[in-house]
Amino acid sequence: MMSHDRCVFPLELADVCFASGEQRIIEHVSLAIDGPVRTIILGANGAGKSVLMRLMHGLLTPTSGAVRWCGNPERAAAQAMVFQRPIMLRTTVIENVAYGLKLAGIGRDERRARAAAALTKVGLAHIADRPARVLSGGEQQRVALARAWALDPLILFLDEPTASLDPGAALEVERIIGEIAAGGCKIVMTTHNLGQARRLADEVIFLHHGRVAEYAPASVFFALPRSPEAVSFMKGELP
Amino acid sequence: MNPLRRTLLAGLAALTLASVPSLAEDKFIVVSSTTSTEQSGLFGYLLPIFEKKTGIKVRVVALGTGQALDMARRGDADVVFVHDKAAEEKFVAEGFGIERKEVMYNDFVLIGPKSDPAKVAGGKDILAGLRKIETAKAPFVSRGDNSGTHAAELRYWKTAGIDLDKVKGPWYIDTGSGMGPALNTAASMNAYILADRGTWLSFKNRGALTVAVEGDQRLFNQYGVMLVNPAKHPHVKKELGQQFIDWVLSAEGQQAIAGYKIGGQQLFFPNAKR
Amino acid sequence: MGTLTDSLYAAIELIAAGEGKLAEIVMLSVRVSFSAVGIAALFGLPLGALLAVGRFPGRQVLLVVINGFMGLPSVVVGLVVYLLLSRAGPLGSLGILFTPTAMIVAQTILIMPLIAALARQIVADAWTEYHEQLRSLGADPWRASLTLLWDTRFSLFTALLAGFGRAAAEVGAVMIVGGNIDGVTRVMTTTIALETSKGDLPLALALGVVLIAIILAVNTIAHVTRRWAIRRYG
Repeated sequence: MMSHDRCVFPLELADVCFASGEQRIIEHVSLAIDGPVRTIILGANGAGKSVLMRLMHGLLTPTSGAVRWCGNPERAAAQAMVFQRPIMLRTTVIENVAYGLKLAGIGRDERRARAAAALTKVGLAHIADRPARVLSGGEQQRVALARAWALDPLILFLDEPTASLDPGAALEVERIIGEIAAGGCKIVMTTHNLGQARRLADEVIFLHHGRVAEYAPASVFFALPRSPEAVSFMKGELP
Repeated sequence: MNPLRRTLLAGLAALTLASVPSLAEDKFIVVSSTTSTEQSGLFGYLLPIFEKKTGIKVRVVALGTGQALDMARRGDADVVFVHDKAAEEKFVAEGFGIERKEVMYNDFVLIGPKSDPAKVAGGKDILAGLRKIETAKAPFVSRGDNSGTHAAELRYWKTAGIDLDKVKGPWYIDTGSGMGPALNTAASMNAYILADRGTWLSFKNRGALTVAVEGDQRLFNQYGVMLVNPAKHPHVKKELGQQFIDWVLSAEGQQAIAGYKIGGQQLFFPNAKR
Repeated sequence: MGTLTDSLYAAIELIAAGEGKLAEIVMLSVRVSFSAVGIAALFGLPLGALLAVGRFPGRQVLLVVINGFMGLPSVVVGLVVYLLLSRAGPLGSLGILFTPTAMIVAQTILIMPLIAALARQIVADAWTEYHEQLRSLGADPWRASLTLLWDTRFSLFTALLAGFGRAAAEVGAVMIVGGNIDGVTRVMTTTIALETSKGDLPLALALGVVLIAIILAVNTIAHVTRRWAIRRYG
């Protein structure tokens, strides 16, 4: 179920828990995030970062508690997500980018125009008619970003978007994320890479064993982490 | 849409249209008949003559006599052309057939292995032959499929004074199949079998089989033709069906039947009453 | 072994002669099975996709039924369709018994579970890979099914060819509902059955060789298409 108003914020989680079978992954998380700052979710492996993002995006439903967009329990439109491994359909690059617009019911000419514009912004206009699945990992991720960007979202979720890429491609992706953010879109991202976090974050949510251990502006968090778990993490003691 | 896609879609559309069954408005009737008339090749010879004369296509569904009559009872045929007088008369008595007309006869032959374990070869008495086979417990293949041939076979055993239920054993092989498959079985098992001469003459997989007993008057096999009663099944094509029956009984049709030969030998003998 | 070699020679002679009768029988077989695949695909592909993607009450039951019906004996299908289409049966007034249409109906019923089950498997595998991204982009189960059906089109094509093979090779259903009428409903498999029962084994085996050749050709097309698709589309 999706509401079609373009209102996403505040994105509130009210005492949200998520369990998969016996395993409790997210425990009693309550927070509210607002745009257009860049929020990075940090935490050790298994802390629950990916699940938390999917709960915020509405891909998963909490086992208990509630997620609300703009006060509305119906999942908001104007959101997009990019995954660690880009998912490409068996068709051309531009058809992939236009797919989200097609689902939204946008007419053929308009969606081709918007897709072409998005491809230009990520620097891939020259391969618009190539089959998407034969591209390199970095190129596919840029197509995924173009696809998200073409939807003109108010919030963009990214789950370890550069973890599978070489450093050159990773930097290019970071640049594109920066441009999307500059356009007024809120960024919510998970990453392993502390350097990347320091580069990109405006604020940090630090997750430990499914609970929010800290939620602070980036400058504060990186200079002086308060929770002992965050301290260990920054020292590299947590995986 | 790119040109490749366009061509593929056009090709698919063409193939699909070509597959739509042609709704030809041919005149046709459905005749249920026996495997012996079909497999002897008689219909392959006879029907084109009829079609050329009248423009009516005859669609023959070849089953055993019992099945052919049942199919007609269900209304799935317009005309019945089989060879079991008792069953045909019952069919008419039940009201499913209009009138039984005799068309032609052929004869049955007793086929057996050249090695002839029951010593019946050259005989002219079918009942004596069957008694010898039962005494010797020589392998014997039965059609067992409710066909005209099967009904005849059972009549001969009974007339010979043999109660099959009492004497049945591994020597009596009940296959439940048509004439051709039964002959195949007999050939591979070197067994005796009762067959109609028409199917035997056109049968190619004889193995070591040959004719053992023939010429007995009792082996005479009469074919009858009937129109399915339109009162029971209003959709029956009674005019076209009657045209077929009339032709088969006419001088021309009877002559055509006599004209069908395999290896110079006539298979069916027309005997319609004028 | 004599019969086998006789048959091989007979087969080559038959095919070389390009005999009209043989061509007519082959064309009818292809037409009937091709039509059956077309109709079975029309209903079976969306059904398979919805089973893969959707969650609705009765889904598990439907899954068991479809998987079970994949192994339906063709004679049973033939018998049931015959009883339905017979003049004495509920659909008798359609008058399609003993016509190619009845054969198409029987073969469609026979292969639809196979096509639905294969489609379900193919789409389910793709759904596992795509589902988060598709849902993120706003696809509901119906839109997702259509997208996945198009995306897996090459694998689905192979599944359809498998259905064609099963339809073209069966004899039980078409024999009963078609009646094996010379020039009207006689297809390759029923002709093979007829010639075998007439004891004309070389001819029957010759037709068998032609039938196998057709099925091999179909499978070769499937194989080549898949390899091309993977190279081109990834």
